[in-house]
Amino acid sequence: MLRIPCPHCGVRDYTEFRYAGDATKVRPTHGTDDVRAWHDHVFLFDNPKGAHREYWQHVQGCRQWLVLERDTATNTVGRAWLAREGAAS
Amino acid sequence: MSEISRYSAWSLARRAWSGARWRRAWRAAEPRPSYDVIIIGGGGHGLATAYYLAANHGITNVAVLERGYLGSGNVGRNTTLVRSNYLLPGNTEFFEHSLKLWEGLSHELNYNVMLSQRGQLVLAHGPGQMDVLARKGNTMRLNGIGAELLERADVQKLVPFLDYSSHCRFPIYGGLYQARAGTVRHDAVAWGYARGADHLGVDLIENCEVTGFLRDGDRVTGVQTSRGVIHAGRTAVCVAGHSSHMARMLGWRLPIESHLLQAFVTEPIKPFLDHVISFGAELFYVSQSDRGGMVFGGHIDGFNSYTQRGQLPKVQTVAECAVALIPGMSRLRVLRHWGGIQDMTPDGSPFIGRTPFQNLYLNAGWCYQGFKATPATGWCLAHTIAHDEEHPLIRHLGVDRFERGNGHDEYGLGLWTYKQ
Repeated sequence: MLRIPCPHCGVRDYTEFRYAGDATKVRPTHGTDDVRAWHDHVFLFDNPKGAHREYWQHVQGCRQWLVLERDTATNTVGRAWLAREGAAS
Repeated sequence: MSEISRYSAWSLARRAWSGARWRRAWRAAEPRPSYDVIIIGGGGHGLATAYYLAANHGITNVAVLERGYLGSGNVGRNTTLVRSNYLLPGNTEFFEHSLKLWEGLSHELNYNVMLSQRGQLVLAHGPGQMDVLARKGNTMRLNGIGAELLERADVQKLVPFLDYSSHCRFPIYGGLYQARAGTVRHDAVAWGYARGADHLGVDLIENCEVTGFLRDGDRVTGVQTSRGVIHAGRTAVCVAGHSSHMARMLGWRLPIESHLLQAFVTEPIKPFLDHVISFGAELFYVSQSDRGGMVFGGHIDGFNSYTQRGQLPKVQTVAECAVALIPGMSRLRVLRHWGGIQDMTPDGSPFIGRTPFQNLYLNAGWCYQGFKATPATGWCLAHTIAHDEEHPLIRHLGVDRFERGNGHDEYGLGLWTYKQ
């Protein structure tokens, strides 16, 4: 079972969370009409085998959005922090 | 194929009489410095492509590079179903071509792939779903593919052991039946294509991991491997699950996420389930193997992963589907369950064809449906490599289709359905 260390609720089963994908993606500038930039943002993925930084929402707990570090090759879980603190921190 | 290596009743009888040993089904080839075509990935798709390059196009200076052993990936990890009940133009023809190739494959390869056309039943649990199935069935029939729309009473006659009780959560309303659908012995597909390709002169190189590409500008000229540099006129990538991993070596990003799909087999029981059945209320499909085990699977685990180990909550979900559909399965014990890594794409359709790089061809993004597509993929990709132009059956499957707004969404549910 994948267990996620929620900063509010402690270590919980992943089934309490909703997965929301790559947290390192940066939205194109608001209002930009650069279609290529939107295509790349929406459709393309780094999809790394290894370190991945991703969003999860603790829907059955504190309902906060988190950023989690996970190794996609082993499912080893690293740090988790609140998404409002930024994905880069 | 020489007379000595052909399998037949005669060769079986002769060996039984003389005690002579069978020859290895394929050579253990050593990599040569260069090939006309290199295929990365020794799974079903890669081996089929190599076979059809040699058999259909006379291109035999070909190497298949496999990181592990042949057939060690998804070709041996699926639930072995083959069918051609697709709705969208493009898909209907492609998967029907595949099913026709399945029907002749054992003879074509002189290798028994144990195709069993036991029929597949897709269930509907309400009138809306029944309309969708009727439309799909009509599309199939207009394309010359047989399909039968069954009402509840017909379904009950065909498969009396489903849950028809008044209290069940998703009462069965009807179904769509394709009699020519069925199952294939999945490992035999890899072995049969491997043997066929080897006999035509293709080098099958195992334990050979590709670690980088050789490039001349935007042209791919070969690969770096764990067993040295190999030059190639043309290179094809058939590495389901690891497609993004390959693309990254070229600084290329794909519209793909790698996800884990689990499959299950129970302890063997006596013949019970004569067909392939797909639940209509959830993604769940089940058949009974020749050995007697119930083979079934469901949805992906739900977050991108390269581990081939599934999470237990999904086991519970899939087991609930099994019991909701067939209450008689409730006391069966699951013998094994396993995971495979599959490429998930935004619209659920794959990518086959040329790429932004010259002499590089991509076959990726098969989502749940790679196994049944094996022969047609090999057929069409071989054509694409030989002519440097997409086969007509796969023209709608270009990797650049989202840039042009041409998503190919078979189920009409919109993009990203796998994330919901």
